[in-house]
Amino acid sequence: MNHLPLIIKREYLTKVRNKSFIIMTFLSPFIFVGIFALVAYLSSLNNDTVRKISVLDESGLFADEFNSTPHTQYTLLHNVSLEEAKQTAENKEMYGLLYIPKTESLEALSKKITFYSEDSPSLSMMGDINDMLETKVNTLKLKEAGIDSETIKSLRINISANQETFKGKETSKLGSGLKLAFGGAAGYLLFMFIIIYGNMIMRSVIEEKTSRVIEVIISSVKPRLLLLGKIFGTTLAGITQFLVWVVLILVLMTVVTSVFGIDPATASPSQQIVENSVDGGTQQILHDVMLEINNLPITNLIVMFILFFVGGYLLYASLYASVGAAVDSETDTQQFMMPILMPLILAVYVGFFTVIDNPHGTVSQVFSYIPFTSPVVMLMRIPFGVPIWQQIISVVILFATFGGMVWFAAKIYRVGILMYGKKPTYKEIFKWLKY
Amino acid sequence: MEKLLVVNNVSKVYGDYKALNNVSIEVEKGSIFGLLGPNGAGKTTLIRIINQITMPDTGSVILDGEPLKPHHIQYIGYLPEERGLYKTMKVGEQALYLAQLKGLSKQEAKERLKYWFDRLEIGDWWDKKIQELSKGMAQKIQFVVTVLHKPKLLIFDEPFSGFDPINANLIKDEILKLRDDGATVIFSTHRMESVEEMCDHIALIHKSNKILDGRLVDIKRQYKNNVFEIGLITPNHAATSALLKEKFEVYPATFKSINDELQYKVKIPDSVSTNDFVNYLTSQGQLTHFVEVIPSASDIFIETIQKN
Repeated sequence: MNHLPLIIKREYLTKVRNKSFIIMTFLSPFIFVGIFALVAYLSSLNNDTVRKISVLDESGLFADEFNSTPHTQYTLLHNVSLEEAKQTAENKEMYGLLYIPKTESLEALSKKITFYSEDSPSLSMMGDINDMLETKVNTLKLKEAGIDSETIKSLRINISANQETFKGKETSKLGSGLKLAFGGAAGYLLFMFIIIYGNMIMRSVIEEKTSRVIEVIISSVKPRLLLLGKIFGTTLAGITQFLVWVVLILVLMTVVTSVFGIDPATASPSQQIVENSVDGGTQQILHDVMLEINNLPITNLIVMFILFFVGGYLLYASLYASVGAAVDSETDTQQFMMPILMPLILAVYVGFFTVIDNPHGTVSQVFSYIPFTSPVVMLMRIPFGVPIWQQIISVVILFATFGGMVWFAAKIYRVGILMYGKKPTYKEIFKWLKY
Repeated sequence: MEKLLVVNNVSKVYGDYKALNNVSIEVEKGSIFGLLGPNGAGKTTLIRIINQITMPDTGSVILDGEPLKPHHIQYIGYLPEERGLYKTMKVGEQALYLAQLKGLSKQEAKERLKYWFDRLEIGDWWDKKIQELSKGMAQKIQFVVTVLHKPKLLIFDEPFSGFDPINANLIKDEILKLRDDGATVIFSTHRMESVEEMCDHIALIHKSNKILDGRLVDIKRQYKNNVFEIGLITPNHAATSALLKEKFEVYPATFKSINDELQYKVKIPDSVSTNDFVNYLTSQGQLTHFVEVIPSASDIFIETIQKN
């Protein structure tokens, strides 16, 4: 008798028909896109505010430098004392007052420039002002030393070393960035998936305990089969939800950006950078990106993504299920959650710090074999080129551990599901393994 | 008589707690077997072993002549004491699911469910969710699901809990009918009156050991101790009373009667036959009531537990 498909079907249908599941499936994308639109809207509001700054330049050196921008307007003051200038700035509700005194030398000047304002001024604006002043003072300094700044500019050469592997493949910074994006996205996706749907499995096990249906069920099927059915069924439900989310978010994003005319880029803090690179020719960049994507081991990536994603998820899912079996209610799960989350968080840390720094270093290598961290770490390493045999070993270890974990979880499960009203300790759970 | 189930010297240890110690039982085909014992005696552990939910540490279980194997699950119908159903699932869907887990095809399950739902007059619950039903209603569904696959061996753990007297009777009659149709029933309960009414055979488990086992009538015969309840109309109650107390072990008794009579429970020694005793009593006055006191299942239960 093979009941596995039957169990999977029930688990899947129960999950998918659940009201809160349906609501979350369709509501989340709206919330997500809504927040996105709100942030985009707010930051565009922020950009619209104009800061008025009065400048009292007693040195007279910077008169030509203050060019107003759409966001910052400079007003040069002449023939007023500092006190008067402060007074007017405050009365006219100016954002601030930049005071440049007259001094004997440029060195002394550099220490005496002061910015007065109501509250602490915006960091980025102060940075802009400081940069501008610094450039000017440096140019003046060069002039004093008898060096023409134009000459220096013309002598400057920018270097960006060409990167090439020993086998003659060209690599580039853009490529590394893309690889990171691929690996990071894959690792992060897995992380989120485990946390969301692992919990779902745990709850479903607890529900069977609290509704007391469990003993009826396991007098018909083996606990291991029920456990597997639960994991697969919930995973399928999770994948369904994920797909709906992706499709809905894409559709909504398109609608929001076209209807409300919000440029997605304005929502990101790296707006400047994007704009700069757009100046450099969108066509060129797109072309480069496509080229780099073609350089990535796409087939390898997709196959391994699926394997590691499935393996990693199943491994953690069986852990969650055994926690569910061990406890009576969700409030009791806390003490067992830490040991599950620790390796997961460790994997993400190793992934985002060590792998980025050195994809093939010892630490990265070791963690890409440990089954609890390998799904995230190996997925992040693969775009940088990992020999196939290493990937295969890691996958085999992962699935072997999953097999062992299911055995372990089923042990806890078959004892735990029949224990009611007691909060188990680690010691007791260890004992259950021997029953 | 042919045995459907034989449990041989089964022991089970949980950590440092011995749940079952060398327990053996034999259940005859077509009988109702009462598995009795105080709370925590080990009944549920034994039942779980028969259902292959846990494995015995030592000993063996033989079902219908074969050592217990996974496929035997479909020959057993088990109604656990800790029972419930998926709360958010619809009645029909759920019953179909559980029936399929027991190896029925969907079509078969549907037909049999229809039969049972009609029989118990619960046909219009099909599309309701379990959480909309009362506890008694849910118990009925649970009962149907337990017997649906026509198991050879039915195991009921406290089957009547949660039922009102009418429904309890209904279920009792269904269980008896299933027995008449050839099923063998193991029945675990604390309700001694249903043991009395239904069981052919009982086993008593106490502190992990089986301390009593046998046909209910045999056990009763064994536990009766020549005590008779009598009613006697005499010319002089006080004198006869004194006389009886002198000759026999006498206990007070009360039973409903229309006469003004002496009422006693009298234990007669083995040397005195029942006929002699009756003759003696009639010589003393008019005998209006004479019944042998047979121990009830409840008496046997309490007495045996206290002895151990």
